[in-house]
Amino acid sequence: MSNAPILSIITFLPLLGAALILMVRGDDEAAKRNIRMIALFATLVTFGLSLIPVWLFNPATAEFQFVERAAWLGGVISYRMGVDGISLPLVILTTFLMPFCILASWVSIEKRVKEYMIAFLVLETLMIGVFCALDIVLFYLFFEAGLIPMFLIIGIWGGKRRVYAAYKFFLYTLLGSVLMLLAIMAMIFAAGTSDIAELIKTGPQIFSRDMQFWLWLAFFASFAVKMPMWPVHTWLPDAHVEAPTAGSVILAGVLLKMGGYGFLRFSLPMFPEASAFFAPFVFTLSVIAIIYTSLVALMQEDIKKLIAYSSVAHMGFVTMGIFAGNAEGIQGAVFQMISHGIVSGALFLCVGVVYDRMHTREIAAYGGLVNRMPIYAVIFMVFTMANVGLPGTSGFVGEFLTLMGTFKSSTIAAFLATTGVILSAGYALWLYRQVVWGELTKPSLKGIADVDRRELTILVPLVVLTIFFGVYPRPILATSEVAVNALVESYKQANGAARTAAAVPPR
Amino acid sequence: MVSTMNAPVLDLVPILPELILALGAMALLMYGVFTGDRSARTVTVGAIVLLVAAAVTVMLIGGTPRSAFNGSFLLDGFARFMKVLAFLGAAVALVLSQDFLRRERIEKFEFPILILLSTTGMGVLISAGDLIALYMGLELMSLALYVIASIHRDNAKSTEAGLKYFVLGALSSGMLLYGCSLIYGFTGTVQLAGIAAALKAGPISLGLVFGLVFLIAGMAFKVSAVPFHMWTPDVYEGAPSPVTAFFAAAPKVAAIAIFARVLVTGFPAATQQWQQIVVFVSVGSMLLGAFAAIGQTNIKRLMAYSSIGHMGFALVGLAAGTAAGVQGVAAYIAIYMIMTLGTFACIIAMRRGDEAVETIDDLAGLSRTNPLMAAALAALLFSLAGIPPLAGFFAKWYVFSAAIEAKLYTLAVIGVLSSVVGCYYYLRIVKLMYFDEPAPAFSPVRIELKTVLVASALFNTLFVIYPAPLVAAAAAAARALF
Repeated sequence: MSNAPILSIITFLPLLGAALILMVRGDDEAAKRNIRMIALFATLVTFGLSLIPVWLFNPATAEFQFVERAAWLGGVISYRMGVDGISLPLVILTTFLMPFCILASWVSIEKRVKEYMIAFLVLETLMIGVFCALDIVLFYLFFEAGLIPMFLIIGIWGGKRRVYAAYKFFLYTLLGSVLMLLAIMAMIFAAGTSDIAELIKTGPQIFSRDMQFWLWLAFFASFAVKMPMWPVHTWLPDAHVEAPTAGSVILAGVLLKMGGYGFLRFSLPMFPEASAFFAPFVFTLSVIAIIYTSLVALMQEDIKKLIAYSSVAHMGFVTMGIFAGNAEGIQGAVFQMISHGIVSGALFLCVGVVYDRMHTREIAAYGGLVNRMPIYAVIFMVFTMANVGLPGTSGFVGEFLTLMGTFKSSTIAAFLATTGVILSAGYALWLYRQVVWGELTKPSLKGIADVDRRELTILVPLVVLTIFFGVYPRPILATSEVAVNALVESYKQANGAARTAAAVPPR
Repeated sequence: MVSTMNAPVLDLVPILPELILALGAMALLMYGVFTGDRSARTVTVGAIVLLVAAAVTVMLIGGTPRSAFNGSFLLDGFARFMKVLAFLGAAVALVLSQDFLRRERIEKFEFPILILLSTTGMGVLISAGDLIALYMGLELMSLALYVIASIHRDNAKSTEAGLKYFVLGALSSGMLLYGCSLIYGFTGTVQLAGIAAALKAGPISLGLVFGLVFLIAGMAFKVSAVPFHMWTPDVYEGAPSPVTAFFAAAPKVAAIAIFARVLVTGFPAATQQWQQIVVFVSVGSMLLGAFAAIGQTNIKRLMAYSSIGHMGFALVGLAAGTAAGVQGVAAYIAIYMIMTLGTFACIIAMRRGDEAVETIDDLAGLSRTNPLMAAALAALLFSLAGIPPLAGFFAKWYVFSAAIEAKLYTLAVIGVLSSVVGCYYYLRIVKLMYFDEPAPAFSPVRIELKTVLVASALFNTLFVIYPAPLVAAAAAAARALF
């Protein structure tokens, strides 16, 4: 078992499902049903298999595990896969969310079911690939290729302004990543290897301070757009609003995490000096993101747009925690990514529930839902609280840790960011009040039905996880602990060495 | 008398592929003349067989580099790679042409023969070891191209295309010839190896640089690089679609091959001088290709700008001036040719009733009316845009990494940014096919078009799994020049 290429199997299994779907003939209800079943089955099996690495994972080492290697492009570039404590939780997050996406699209996607499911399965392969790739070129390949299925998902099954949103999403993110491509080339020439593990070890020595500076900026261009950080976040609200529910879930749940993962995998360990140099800059952007986008969120009239802006704000905590450069901050960032993946995904699913009934996302169109949908109101409340960061929900742990880490590194940034917590309570509770509480006065809402069994199956596990991780965050933190500590250690060491070198005047 | 006895017997093996093409073309011409236009079909099949045979012969004459006619004609690894590409590209273009020309009632037996003659010219051009052979190959190739551009002689656009191409082509030939004569005047030799030796011996004179500039101008015209690209959109649009497919594939391979060979083997000592020009030409082509295509509504015109852009990308590799760069050029042109032929197979298949349509709006909703064609074309378009994991990404990867290695950072940055701009118009077609409401369906697609389209799309999608053969072949080709 230990010799089986388990990561490759997990990565490419969804592709197999896509191939099976491709073979389904016909356009009738039976065929559609088969297609949905295959997709669900493929994602469930993938999730099941992805638990094997969790089972076998050794949390006591910072080395990459389940490493695979095969010849690929020739030269130094080869096919390498592996996970460590930082990437494994993200892999699980991806495989975990996918079945929910398929279920969430069960009835809401009526046209072109086949293409839809294929696009999602291909996207899953690419997302898992991003987190498992241990070769920098392979990473880029997965990272960039995800644009194609997402472009199609937004463009074909999206809302009214879907074409605009799809273009904006594609071109924005592509523009960010092409610069990273050039940086990758330059790194390969400087270091003579494209192995990520190798680059993490030797990168800080090989890349001079000046070079780190440029490489960091190029990588930042890509990850900041993906994350997204203020001021390059504007593609996100558009993409979220127009994407179908499952598309939003994946976008918020997984795709945004690629940026944070990129910072943790590349920027911090490979360019530590540049990261330290730019940390105040990142703090500034993060604080602006947290405060400004929270204020913007307060003004939204569209539920999805509000959640999208709140995502930008929450990602601000992640970037802040990462560049705090200490164990608390980075642990918090990893945790926040997972927690946000679950919570924001769940929030979009909640929006999907009412959208499927009313076909509008306008906040003003709702009100008093609690009268007709008590179960829904409870579920929605849990996620709203998690979004606010109420202690006892997973949202709290991540925010608290990142704030603590940031406080150690920059008190003023932590101080300003904390106001964001208050603001997030402002918009989240306001949204909840507008949609759920009050008298049910709108005649259109009179006949609205509560969540059905399928929706309950989707939402309940997420509720359980949100509270579970809020009370007992240990599983995630224990998985990433050693890897994060090793990262922090090398980061401090590189900067300490640089500082002593700078402190000693040249003779 | 004694001296003739001792003189080496003329080694005809290196020119065997060209001999096959030339003699075969003559034989088919005779056959065509005596049987008239109804022989067109047989002649086409014969021409395809000859082209494939020539490509196979090229591959069979393996091993050490050979030369003929005192080094005027070289058959090295580089020539082999490019020739196989050009011959197969021409063969596929012929496969694509047959049905189209018949339906447009312009099926003539001269067409395949002209393609054969033009391809012979490409063979000579790719193998040219001196400036005379270069000129001869170039003209043989081009004269046939001028004629087939206006093969639809009752059509005003087609004749205009041919005329335009001829006049501008003649001008560029003149410039090239002038450049050659200047180079000959300043170095005293026409052989590329001799020129390289002469340049190494002494300082590079201004007159020689002048000659080099004119020479590059002539070659830039053939690859349709900015600022010598003006003919491309009109010719691409005016010529019948299969002719355009041919123009976009094989002659581009030959032209880029000689571009690389002349600069790398003939002027290695003047790298600094020609590098500036190539960088300029490359930047211009990439930017123009990206921006000018945005406003196009005719898909052939769009492909013309796209090909200008792609030549710019290929030249990025040449600008690096290193073995890695030439490897990039070789890999790029190979992948480009396959993408282009696939895309043109789709363009040729765009027929409604009995009429060929060629605006991009005609592709609207294709994913509903013909899912296979839409998926294949979408894969090709994403590949042309250079999005991983498709083959087009790797093509760009090799040229840009060569540029980074050669420290041409500005060029690389402009290149990738213009590729993002270029993405926009490829996406526009994908958007039409997938997001928009369907236009009336196309007539059923002929099997040979479908085969080429699907094969090309499969190559582009599956390249990522097993890229090694092409990469290794391109590397071997590049080594031959250094």
